[in-house]
Amino acid sequence: MSANETNDASAEHNRRDFLYIATGMAGVVGVAGAVWPFIDQLRPDASTLAVAQIDVDLTEVQAGQSITAMWRGKPVFIRNRTEAEIEAARETPLADLPDQLARNENLPADASADDVSRSAGEGRENWLVMVGVCTHLGCVPLSQQGDFGAWFCPCHGSHYDTAGRIRRGPAPENLHIPAYEFISDTVIRIG
Amino acid sequence: MSGGHSTYTPKTGLGRWIDARLPLPRLVYDSFVAYPVPRNLNYMYTFGGILSIMLIVQIVTGIVLAMHYAPHTSLAFDSVEHIMRDVNSGWLMRYLHANGASFFFIAVYLHMFRGLYYGSYKAPRELLWILGVIIYLLMMATAFMGYVLPWGQMSFWGATVITGFFSAVPLVGTAIQELLLGGFAVDNPTLNRFFSLHYLLPFMIAGVVVLHVWALHVTGQTNPTGIEVKSKTDTVPFTPYATIKDGFAMVVFFLVFMYFVFYIPNYLGHADNYIPADPLVTPAHIVPEWYFLPFYAILRAVTFDIGPISAALGGVLAMFGAIVVLFFLPWLDTSRVRSAVYRPWYKLFFWIFAINAVFLGWLGSKPAEGLYVALAQVGTFYYFAFFLIIMPILGLIETPRRMPNSITEAVLEKNGGKAVPHAAQTAAETQS
Repeated sequence: MSANETNDASAEHNRRDFLYIATGMAGVVGVAGAVWPFIDQLRPDASTLAVAQIDVDLTEVQAGQSITAMWRGKPVFIRNRTEAEIEAARETPLADLPDQLARNENLPADASADDVSRSAGEGRENWLVMVGVCTHLGCVPLSQQGDFGAWFCPCHGSHYDTAGRIRRGPAPENLHIPAYEFISDTVIRIG
Repeated sequence: MSGGHSTYTPKTGLGRWIDARLPLPRLVYDSFVAYPVPRNLNYMYTFGGILSIMLIVQIVTGIVLAMHYAPHTSLAFDSVEHIMRDVNSGWLMRYLHANGASFFFIAVYLHMFRGLYYGSYKAPRELLWILGVIIYLLMMATAFMGYVLPWGQMSFWGATVITGFFSAVPLVGTAIQELLLGGFAVDNPTLNRFFSLHYLLPFMIAGVVVLHVWALHVTGQTNPTGIEVKSKTDTVPFTPYATIKDGFAMVVFFLVFMYFVFYIPNYLGHADNYIPADPLVTPAHIVPEWYFLPFYAILRAVTFDIGPISAALGGVLAMFGAIVVLFFLPWLDTSRVRSAVYRPWYKLFFWIFAINAVFLGWLGSKPAEGLYVALAQVGTFYYFAFFLIIMPILGLIETPRRMPNSITEAVLEKNGGKAVPHAAQTAAETQS
């Protein structure tokens, strides 16, 4: 019965069908437009997005010491690496790295994860500045621990080396390096 | 079963007046008084009623707690301590609510395993089962967000890890995560919205529960034999038989619940959550609440890349897959026999599955290293193999035991066929 009715109706496409569809589509667009603000309000708000730049004084940080700065609600590890740590990172062949990209905001996205690209650059290889958030699921790794004597994430067992590169465990990427610059010999500006 | 003739007859004038305008008393009478239930239901069938009561307990204690709680990062932890120390009976409300969540999950897991054992998900009860899985998902979301509210260390880091799941999604992952958190890290916007949603979701659960009970009353309950109700002798009226039985089970369940509330209220919690949240220090072992542990073990079992899928994404997919697979259960089980009572091989695999689920839970509480990872991989394999390999194949090759012709026959067989129907029911229970 209803099948017959449908057939009859579809047999004669007319302006009324067009009006139904056009009205329906206008309704869909209208509802989508009305829903958008309710989704949009979930996104980070202006106070969160407000440019968060911090200046950190590194004068007191001796070789072999680290400090942690707070930036955009996340810890940033700043380490003055020892010669031995730099050497250990340099000796590691790139082929041994699960993630071969530098993940350094200050370099092109395809820069390789060699030790210099991970550090603050030529002449400042001792400085390592990284967001202290495990790239697996966002825990804060512990420093000077794990299989490589560097960073170890206690949540799911990711081991990072002395250049903050993932070496073992579930994390997919090296610890991220934020945009930063030395605004003097001893002060860096992050963000 | 519903759809049958209503036997409700209002006795008073007021009753008739209401019945002609809004027949709510008739609905209640038909659903919870005269409603016929299989005569052989055992105590595993009492958890539906217990779960309804637990939902009410959680909503009532939750509304009370919300009157004294402040959803702001600088106030939340202290306001929970304020509830514990200053608010009259606040400690009781909070311990009821916190332990209530655990007992809600104890009941729901027993309810689900009951369904799995007796084949309650099979035709024509597929939608009933799927609605149940939806309730379970809503419960998990509610429990997760509720656990964030005290703003202790486990709250903060649990939220960080769980919202971190979404960052494993390729391309849009980080955008989704920031949308959920309302920022770059778990912070005040996150706490605010979790509080709002934690208040909302229980009412959504209540809505789906109505659909769940509706679907149940259309198809009628299953029973331990898995044989459909065929005649009037197969059933007894809901009241008094099921009401009394459900009531007794509730009392026993609440005795255990209250033992936890009054004597070991923090047994199921984590000491770390009595430390205020600190974004700079991750606890040595982030462990979710016990009811998430099996899934946490599955998440961490995937430590290897699968083709283009990274280990992190693979773990998240496996964890969500472990729940999604439940939606397809009615079609994965190919056996025509409903109850494990008549399926010797299924019964064996079911119990291995149940032990494996507890085993995975234990592994979830252990650090993700060494032998624990390998064991979790074995457990995860069995979890999925049970649903995706054993269930479809076993249904085709297994020879079921001889089944009785009806529920009545099953009950009488058990009692040597000598007792009269209602007395047989009582005898069957005392013997088993």
